[in-house]
Amino acid sequence: MRAAASAPVPTGTPVARPRRPIAGRVALYAALAVAALFFITPLYIMTVTSLKSMDEIRQGGIFALPASPSLKAWTAAWSEACTGLKCTGISDGFFNSLRILVPSVALSIVLGAVTGYALSHRRIRGGNVLFAALLLGAFMPYQVFIYPLVRLFSAVGIYGSLAGIVLVHVIFGLPVMTLLFRNYYSSLPVDLFKAARVDGAGFWQIFFYVVLPMSTPALVVAAILQITGIWNDFILGLVFAGRDNLPMTVLLNNVVNSSQGEKLYNVNMAATILTALLPLAVYFLSGRWFVRGIAAGGVKG
Amino acid sequence: MAQSRRHDIAPLLALLPALLIVVFAYAGTMVWTVCISFTDSRLLPVSDFIGLEQYARLFSDARWILSARNLVTFGLLFVGGSLVIGFLLAAFIDQKVRCEDLLRTVFLYPYAISFIVTGLVWQWMMNPSLGIQASVRGMGWTSFTFDWVVQRDMAIYALVIAGVWQSSGLVMALMLAGLRGVDEDLWKAARIEGIPTWRVYMSIVLPLLRPVVVTSVVLLSVAVVKAYDLVVALTNGGPGNATIVPAKFVMDYLFTRQNIGLATAASSVMFVTVLAALAPWLYQEYFKAHRAGGHA
Repeated sequence: MRAAASAPVPTGTPVARPRRPIAGRVALYAALAVAALFFITPLYIMTVTSLKSMDEIRQGGIFALPASPSLKAWTAAWSEACTGLKCTGISDGFFNSLRILVPSVALSIVLGAVTGYALSHRRIRGGNVLFAALLLGAFMPYQVFIYPLVRLFSAVGIYGSLAGIVLVHVIFGLPVMTLLFRNYYSSLPVDLFKAARVDGAGFWQIFFYVVLPMSTPALVVAAILQITGIWNDFILGLVFAGRDNLPMTVLLNNVVNSSQGEKLYNVNMAATILTALLPLAVYFLSGRWFVRGIAAGGVKG
Repeated sequence: MAQSRRHDIAPLLALLPALLIVVFAYAGTMVWTVCISFTDSRLLPVSDFIGLEQYARLFSDARWILSARNLVTFGLLFVGGSLVIGFLLAAFIDQKVRCEDLLRTVFLYPYAISFIVTGLVWQWMMNPSLGIQASVRGMGWTSFTFDWVVQRDMAIYALVIAGVWQSSGLVMALMLAGLRGVDEDLWKAARIEGIPTWRVYMSIVLPLLRPVVVTSVVLLSVAVVKAYDLVVALTNGGPGNATIVPAKFVMDYLFTRQNIGLATAASSVMFVTVLAALAPWLYQEYFKAHRAGGHA
C-alpha cells in the first residue's frame, strides 16, 4: 500500500495504453455510463422524492420528476418530523451533531498528533507495543468494549452526556489519528529533529515550533476523516450521547423507522438528504484530499 | 542534567493519555467483557461463575447461528462484489476516458455518507409497493419483482447491494491510485508483444497491485464485522430475524433483551475471531516490514 499512500492522488497523465478499436471504446463508455447510473440513482431518487407531495408519491413512479416541486417536505423534515411523540424535526439532531462534532474532532486530532509525534522518531520503550495495541483496538468491533465502557462512564457520571460522547469519539478516533500522524512524522527527515535537538530544543519545543508548522497536510486529512467519521457515526451516539444529545443519524433513523402513523416518504427523504449534506459537502469541497484520507485510514505510509 | 531528564519524561508524558486509553478503554474493557461472559449476568453483571455455560447457550441459539451465517454470506458477497466492481471501475477509468474527474466523483460519493443514510435510501427504493418494483411494473413489465427487503431468504442480498453501492468507490479509488503507479514501460512491452489489455490486467497488473488488494480486503472486512448501522437502517434485522448479524445480536441482548452474559459471550466470540484473523496480518504488515526496512 506504500505506493498508494505516498502517491495517493491519482493525478497526472494516464499512461499510454494500447489503442482499442472503436467498438471497444463504445462498450467501455457504455459500461461506465451504466455504472454511473447505478451510483447516481439513489441520490436522484432521494432528491425527487423529497420534492414531491405524498399524493404524487402514492401514485407510484419513483423515477418520475416531481410534477410541482415543493420544499414543503424539507421544512417539515427540519422542524416538524416526529420521533416518537416529539415532533420538533431533525434540526435538534443537526445541532446535537454539531455540538458533538466540534470538540470531538479538535480533541481527537490534538491527541492523535501528540501521540503520533511521540511514537514517530523517538525510541521509547514499549512504544511499539502501545502502537500495536492501538491498532488492534481499531479493528475490534465496538461490541467488545461497549458494555464495560457504559459501566465505567456511569461510575464517573458522564454516561449519557456531551462529555461522555466526546470522550468516546476521542477514544475510538485515537488509533487512526495516531497512525496517520505517526506515518506523516516518520516521513519527515530525521535530520530536522536532530538539528533542532542540537539547537537545544526540547520535546515540546520541537513539536510546536518545528513539527506542527509542517503538519498542514496531515491536519487536513485528519480533519476530513474525523468530520465525516464522527458525523456519520450511529452506534456510539445511540449508546453514549444520552437522550438530550442524540446525533442526527440516530434521530433520522428514529424518524424514518418509527412505526407510528403514516409514513411520509417525502419528509423521510428530505431528512435523509439533510443528514447526508455535511459529509457530502466535505467530500465535494475536499476533492482529492478525501482520497488521501481513505488511503491513510487503513494504511501505513 | 535537568535538561536531559526533561527529555526523558516529556515523551512519556505525551503518551500518557494514549496509554490510559489503551489500558482502560481497550484492554480493560475487553477483559471485563470476557469475564462477564463466564457469569450468569442478566440485567446487571453478577459474579457467580458458571464456566462456559453462556457459550453453550450461545451456540445452541438459532438466532446466533443465523447471525454467524449471515455474516459469512454478507461478508463474502460484499467484499467480493466491492472488489470486483471497484477493480473494474478503476480499470475502465484508467483507459484515458473523458470526464475522468466527474466519473470518479460519482463513484466515490456514496463512501462519504453514512450507512444509515445508505440503508434508508435503499429501503425506500426497494419498497415493494411504491419503489422500483412498482415503478417498473407500472411501465408495463408486470411480472418484474424486486422485493428482496420483504423476502426472508432474499433480504440479506438487499444488504449486499446497498453495501456494495456504498463501498465500491473506496476500492476504485485505492486501485486507481495503484494503477497510476504501474510502470509505463510495462504497457509498451505488452503492446509490442500484442498481449490483449485484459490479459495484462489479469496476469500482470493485478498481481502487482497485491498490496492494494490486501488493504481493500482489510478495510472492507472491518466494515463487515462492524456491520450494524446498515442492518438497522435497511431491514432492522428483519423480516423476522432473517438479516440479524452478530453486532446486532450483541446490541439486542445488551440493551433490550437484558441478557448481558449471553451478549458478552457473543462479543467475546467476535473478539477472538477478529484477533485470529488479524494477528498474522498485523505482525507481517507493521512489525516485520519495519524491522527489515530499518525504520528510524
